[in-house]
Amino acid sequence: MNLLEEYYDIVVVGAGHAGCEAALAGARMGLETIMFTVSVDSIALMPCNPNIGGSSKGHLVRELDALGGEMGKNIDKTFIQSKMLNKSKGPAVHSLRAQADKQAYSREMRKTLENTQHLTVRQGEVAKLLVEGKQITGVATYSGAIYHCKAVVLCTGTYLKARCIYGDVSNYTGPNGLQAANHLTDSLKELGIEMFRFKTGTPARIDRKSIDFSKMEEQFGDERIVPFSFSTNPEDVQIPQESCWLTYTNPTTHQIIRDNLDRSPLYSGMIEGTGPRYCPSIEDKVVRFADKDRHQVFIEPEGLYTNEMYVGGMSSSLPEDVQYAMYRSVPGLENAKIVRNAYAIEYDCINPRQLNPTLEFKEIKGLFSAGQFNGSSGYEEAAAQGLLAGMNAALKLKGKEMLILDRSEAYIGVLVDDLVTKENHEPYRMMTSRAEYRLLLRQDNADLRLRKKGYEAGLISQEQYDYLLWKEQAIEEEIKRVEHTNIGANKEVQSLLESLGSTPLKAGTTLGELIRRPELDYQKLASIDKQRKDLPMDVMEQVNINIKYDGYIRRQLKQVKDFKKMEARKIPEDINYDEIQSLRIEAKQKLNLYRPISIGQASRISGVSPADISVLLVHLESR
Amino acid sequence: MSDTIAAVATAMSASGIGIVRISGEECMDVIHRIYRSKGGRKDIRTVDSHTIHYGYIYDGNEIVDEVLVMIMKAPRTFTGEDTVEIDCHGGVYAMRRVLETVVKNGARIAEPGEFTKRAFLNGRLDLSQAEAVIDVIQAQNSYALKSSISQLKGSVKRTIEGLRSRIIYHIAYIESALDDPEHISVDGYGEELEEDVKKQLQKIRHLLQTASNGKMIREGIKTVILGKPNAGKSSLLNLLVGENKAIVTDVAGTTRDILEEYITLSGISLRIIDTAGIRDTEDIVEKIGVGRAKDVAKDADLILYVVDSSTSLDQNDVEIMKLLKDKKAIILLNKADLEPVVNVETIVHNFVDNVDNLEGKNVENDNNPQFIHPIVSISAKEETGIEALEEQIKEMFFHGELSFNDEVYITNARHKAALEETEKSLCQVLESITMGMPEDFYSIDLMNAYKELGGIIGEEVGEDLVNEIFSKFCTGK
Repeated sequence: MNLLEEYYDIVVVGAGHAGCEAALAGARMGLETIMFTVSVDSIALMPCNPNIGGSSKGHLVRELDALGGEMGKNIDKTFIQSKMLNKSKGPAVHSLRAQADKQAYSREMRKTLENTQHLTVRQGEVAKLLVEGKQITGVATYSGAIYHCKAVVLCTGTYLKARCIYGDVSNYTGPNGLQAANHLTDSLKELGIEMFRFKTGTPARIDRKSIDFSKMEEQFGDERIVPFSFSTNPEDVQIPQESCWLTYTNPTTHQIIRDNLDRSPLYSGMIEGTGPRYCPSIEDKVVRFADKDRHQVFIEPEGLYTNEMYVGGMSSSLPEDVQYAMYRSVPGLENAKIVRNAYAIEYDCINPRQLNPTLEFKEIKGLFSAGQFNGSSGYEEAAAQGLLAGMNAALKLKGKEMLILDRSEAYIGVLVDDLVTKENHEPYRMMTSRAEYRLLLRQDNADLRLRKKGYEAGLISQEQYDYLLWKEQAIEEEIKRVEHTNIGANKEVQSLLESLGSTPLKAGTTLGELIRRPELDYQKLASIDKQRKDLPMDVMEQVNINIKYDGYIRRQLKQVKDFKKMEARKIPEDINYDEIQSLRIEAKQKLNLYRPISIGQASRISGVSPADISVLLVHLESR
Repeated sequence: MSDTIAAVATAMSASGIGIVRISGEECMDVIHRIYRSKGGRKDIRTVDSHTIHYGYIYDGNEIVDEVLVMIMKAPRTFTGEDTVEIDCHGGVYAMRRVLETVVKNGARIAEPGEFTKRAFLNGRLDLSQAEAVIDVIQAQNSYALKSSISQLKGSVKRTIEGLRSRIIYHIAYIESALDDPEHISVDGYGEELEEDVKKQLQKIRHLLQTASNGKMIREGIKTVILGKPNAGKSSLLNLLVGENKAIVTDVAGTTRDILEEYITLSGISLRIIDTAGIRDTEDIVEKIGVGRAKDVAKDADLILYVVDSSTSLDQNDVEIMKLLKDKKAIILLNKADLEPVVNVETIVHNFVDNVDNLEGKNVENDNNPQFIHPIVSISAKEETGIEALEEQIKEMFFHGELSFNDEVYITNARHKAALEETEKSLCQVLESITMGMPEDFYSIDLMNAYKELGGIIGEEVGEDLVNEIFSKFCTGK
């Protein structure tokens, strides 16, 4: 045998946002980890939009950072504009979004990977999974090399049997013309894994020199930048920022699109994959929202070292000539020169209900997966899953209990639970409305929610953890103090209230009660709070939010208590649903298919009724 | 699972002495809120376990019923939880009010079989009873689900669906703006929302009134009018309906092609099943066939058998008489204004000859003490005898011979509780708007309202919101 043979603990397949997090988590937790990529030059590539974060996605990044992931730190080092979205709304929906310098982002991540102990980066295409019994034992590359291992994390993104399409042109390549991975799907199917085919798309990139910005509205970043990472010093991110630009489509644009719909591969049937409804191509928008006479178009820089500009809002798979015509009908783009065409991409992914909430396959021990391979979309969704899958692979190999985040603990928990429990017919995107306990799952308290778990896994340092403990205590003490601080209706108080547009006091009250007034907050009342100690910003923020929204927060905490009870009722792996006679047939089928780990998860499967849950409870009790 | 549940633990019959049972963590708080002893001094929370207390149930300042309250503290109770039983004395109506008051003060209406389930899960039942418990839950659930949704009137269902679609639209709008603030703005949306929520609140309050009158559901004694062609069934129906101001006509869902008329006689609701439209065809037996008429009759709580007293009885009458076996029925000798061919004796003899159901006791007819069905003479044309018919129905009801299905009351109470929750949530939305809370708080309460309304028509939330967002609002990159 001349074949190359090596031994590792963990093999990570793919070096996108999921793969990078999985590999870093595995290696940082002390396991020998090798990460495969079809091209080392495309590590942490951002093949679509040039930003990280956004509504609810920003939450994912903060959570990932709290657990010890890399994405937040990496974007803090490489962003060129940053905004806190929804600042005028409640704290639950504040969300960070940063424009990235794509090349810098990719380079910086590569540097981190290459300098991480226990981590090997390797170019090559994994073509086959090696499984003995129900246990993963290694992978084989296309070249025939064998890598023995105890766990595999699949993060193949959009590369499996990828096909890029615009007009009647189609290429069997991954994004940006990168080599697709054409062999692994067959190996997965042989192992009995159910596959889906999904589709997504990206707009054209246009040469900055060909754009007339005077016809567009300039979009600036925030004056005071908040970093993504809890470990980044806020002073380090106050840098000069780049602008984005806003313009609009118009009836002419829409007419061009309508006239050429028959040439779109989407409508001609050439594309078979299921595309996402939330990220429609411009032709989709024009068809589905026919009454709208304009759509927004955001022109965003792809980085500092390139003239390429991303045309947000106008992804398309129309033919090249139509693309030219439609982009050029937009004010400011009359003379636009396209650097890269817009295209749609189809790829293989799995039906994620085959996974446990640990992201391990139910039927193959030691096989984990993350990212678009699991039917999600978005860099942040991918990274969050990658971290969880990598952590769990490592925890498992160390003989520790794997981490499951539930819906009341993190957006990551909502994301994973939705993926493994609900029926997904399109690439899954995180949305704030999917989180039922979102008042508790804020981006500002991700560290308080999750740092401890990261520390226990070994991804958070002692120093960081000690700060967390101090912070928890400081918040608790300050809330108590504020709630018990009496405020008299004296002259100083009344004149402050008046100056803040707040009704004067009739009688004395507490500082807490004043903070709860919509027009007031913790900061604004500083001058009448004589005993106030000097506290860090993040502590003051928590004190303010917890007092201000106390009523709502308590309501959700009560709901969470009930929710947790159901999650805590575990269903043994060896349960035989067919034996439970009173279960309805549909419920039996669904439960057999999903094999939920808890009564809580079972109750969220569509087709399982509350009565079925009662039956299950009674059955479990009588076992 | 520790929330507090309540239900009527005895059958709801017209003679009604009955028990309302409450179980769960907040049980003692609930009873404390609504119970007052005669002297008004007793704190019911601190009394000994397994003791009985005389007093009153209050809804606010209004006495609902005079009761005995039995206090049983965990764990020595049927469910293993704190349990209270309220022994009501004031009949069905009062019992219903007691249950509503309990629900208003912190309990929720128990799911079918839920007391038994809790008893089992708290180790109060033997393991060998598990299968039996499961069967009870399952059987009761499938029945309750079917009945509670089918009891809802079509018009009420449509109103609720309308309300829900408005509410989900608002949530979807707010949520898509939160998800995609650069594409969709909610600036100033509060005003628009406020106006619409006020409108929806009016509808909810109207529904609540409807629920209080018991008109939200298909409530009433299921009544069928039978008779051979030209006996005067349609005239009778028109007469009953025409005289009655409280008539509700309702086209049921798509599953059944049956018209229903709701009338109230002396406070007793009748739900008259107008099979395939008696008024059009005059002949239910002929048109729908004896087989179908049998089904309808079998399902009925009360049959009004209309006989044309001016023509002799024939085979049609014999067929109908057979249907009356083992049923509650009133025989109406119509066309009393014409020369009688058929009289009470003729009827009785024909029954004796053709139908073998003559054991039982006559209620009304002095001439025939052995005959089971009361016989009333009427003239639909002259509009006479209707009072006697009313009297007859009243008598049967108050003697407990006619009764409603318990489920109807339970369903109505459940609906009412859900509507009250909806009202509360929508008021909370208005308050948030007035207080200037951020928009994301509106959708929390709107979602509660949406869920509660869904419970009434048996709809879960599922992917509704995400679907609404994607179908109505253009978001995304």
